[in-house]
Amino acid sequence: MDEVVGVHGVVKRFGTFTALAGVSLTIGHNQFFTLLGPSGCGKTTLLRCIAGFEDVSEGTILLEGRDIARLAPNLRPVNTVFQHYALFPHMTVAQNVAFGLKMQGMAPGPRLKRAGEMLELVHLSAFADRFPSQLSGGQQQRVALARALAPQPKVLLLDEPLSALDLKLRQAMRVELKQLQEGTGITFIFVTHDQEEALTMSDRIAVMSAGEVRQIGSAREIYEAPVNRFVAGFIGETNLLPVRVGSIAGGMARVLLPGGHPLTCPAADAVPAGSPHVSIRPERMTLVPPGTGDLDATVDRLIYLGTDLQVQARLADGTALHLRLQNSARATPPEAGSTIGIVIEDGAARLLAD
Amino acid sequence: MAGPAASGSAGTGYRSITGPLLLPTWVMIGIFLLLPVLLMTVYSFLTREFRGGVDWTFSLAAYDRFLLNRGLFGDEPPVLEWTYITIFWRSIWQAGLATLICLIVGFPTAWFIATRPAHSRALWLFMITVPYWVNLLIRTVSLRFLLRDQGPLNDALIGAGLLDSPLQIINTNLAVQLGLFYSYLPFMVLPVYAAVERYNFALSEAAADLYASRWTTLREIVLPVVRPGIIAGCILVFVPSLGAFLAPDLLGGAKTYMIGSLIEEQFKGSQGNWPFGAAVSVILMTLVLIVLMIYARAQGRAGAH
Ligand SMILES: Nc1ncnc2c1ncn2[C@@H]1O[C@H](COP(=O)(O)OP(=O)(O)OP(=O)(O)O)[C@@H](O)[C@H]1O
Ligand SMILES: [Mg+2]
Repeated sequence: MDEVVGVHGVVKRFGTFTALAGVSLTIGHNQFFTLLGPSGCGKTTLLRCIAGFEDVSEGTILLEGRDIARLAPNLRPVNTVFQHYALFPHMTVAQNVAFGLKMQGMAPGPRLKRAGEMLELVHLSAFADRFPSQLSGGQQQRVALARALAPQPKVLLLDEPLSALDLKLRQAMRVELKQLQEGTGITFIFVTHDQEEALTMSDRIAVMSAGEVRQIGSAREIYEAPVNRFVAGFIGETNLLPVRVGSIAGGMARVLLPGGHPLTCPAADAVPAGSPHVSIRPERMTLVPPGTGDLDATVDRLIYLGTDLQVQARLADGTALHLRLQNSARATPPEAGSTIGIVIEDGAARLLAD
Repeated sequence: MAGPAASGSAGTGYRSITGPLLLPTWVMIGIFLLLPVLLMTVYSFLTREFRGGVDWTFSLAAYDRFLLNRGLFGDEPPVLEWTYITIFWRSIWQAGLATLICLIVGFPTAWFIATRPAHSRALWLFMITVPYWVNLLIRTVSLRFLLRDQGPLNDALIGAGLLDSPLQIINTNLAVQLGLFYSYLPFMVLPVYAAVERYNFALSEAAADLYASRWTTLREIVLPVVRPGIIAGCILVFVPSLGAFLAPDLLGGAKTYMIGSLIEEQFKGSQGNWPFGAAVSVILMTLVLIVLMIYARAQGRAGAH
């Protein structure tokens, strides 16, 4: 079994509030695993349960097959990069990085040597004797990383480690973090609410909302084959159109679009309860003359986005939708107030569970 | 994290107080601090006037009396006088012990308050200060009443069958320690509370995450980080304990005689000796100053971080 971390039915309650409502996921060796979700969905809580800072109310957390859910944090072979770094202010950078090794009982010689190696890894060798308050935010972030990696944990937990950095640095650190993960072969569990960050770095992503995991998959699976409205809406931009479902067979559904046009599209396995919707990415639709496409709509507004042009339109029943057109000299953009026809690319629409 | 920014020069325009605004401060410091200290130092070098007061002629008699013993009639060869050094030593020892006890009790208390929900902290702090609404003299006298041989404490202990005869508490070191502890505990709790309240508990989590046990976390992370508050608390308890005279006077006996009482006596009635009292004060002040300088240096080293 190639599983490092197994979270099984973890429930976490704070008083009467349920922060995690039965979370299950498995994480393999050498994976960059991301927990993605909106603010307050329980990402930090799940990470803190794995690290041991919160007791789980129910469920088990396995680390290489051993249940660690009731172990004290200092007995768990996982390390954390804290959101605000939590560097020890009274210790130098080198002492910070060596702290975990010292606690593990490594002798001063080897541990300072290893701290030096870790600092080299994060390009901070020149700062070994400074105190954390004498470093920039980005440098502190690297120290936190080196400190957590030094004891060679089985799993590294990172809680939005890039959120305090500016955009440029954040983008550079994404690449570096990914390289570091691949170089060390340590499994990373990375928390973020930034979908771009999640899509660019992760091997696998768990999308969470309101204390539940809504979908787990690769970046491509989650973006191209969302299984429910929440995931479709949260990752990237999408249009959700209400439809009537005819039949579902072999993963394909026959539906009636608003306006009555039929469409065959891939579907999640179960017949969606409640009001079914299809999700269509704005860049997967093209314009045709009115009456000749899958949908007819009235243009509300055009938004110029540089390389792209966004068309905000409205169906006859009032459903809003938007399209993204490549901004090319050949195509004449539609005018506001005009009626347009829309063709949905093959396989672009997906029928979603609620 | 705000370290470098806070010590930068960009904000000086907002931080410095200048000119007339400082005048009241300087007047207060001048009249109520510098002038008395100067007067006392001068007095310590004057000649004793019987029935109190001083005669304005220069004399080293006060310091001579403190340090040297020339026999009952002052005509023997001088040897080192141990009486007052012993009193000093006892005072330092008592004050140090009181500080230690205040720290042992005050630190967990401060920790407890600082970790309460924000809205109830004010109430806890308020409760710590409630006893201070009563005058120190009255509190000390009450303590004496409580502790004496036929007092409520001994009555209760005998009544409960725990003792046959009263336990001698009054006039012992224990009673003095209780008095000092009771008098100065808040001076420990408040600065330690201020430091613990600012303590970032994520640091403790980080330490636990890096395999430190609870005790190691306390020793290696918590105590060093809140050290300025602990040192401030220790100074605020140690300094007044060193010069205390109410607790030793009212709760202690001849064996617990402390500097505060020695000084007090020199300025009381016709038996007093003003220059000698002033000299003892100057020596005490010098001692305190040395303690404070050690503190300032420790702070300076901590501030370098
Ligand atoms: N100690 C606590 N006591 C009570 N409720 C808590 C506690 N910690 C977290 N919660 C609640 O649990 C929910 C999940 O919190 P959590 O910090 O895990 O969110 P998050 O997904 O990390 O959000 P963010 O992206 O804003 O960091 C929130 O609604 C929060 O209010
Ligand atoms: Mg969070």
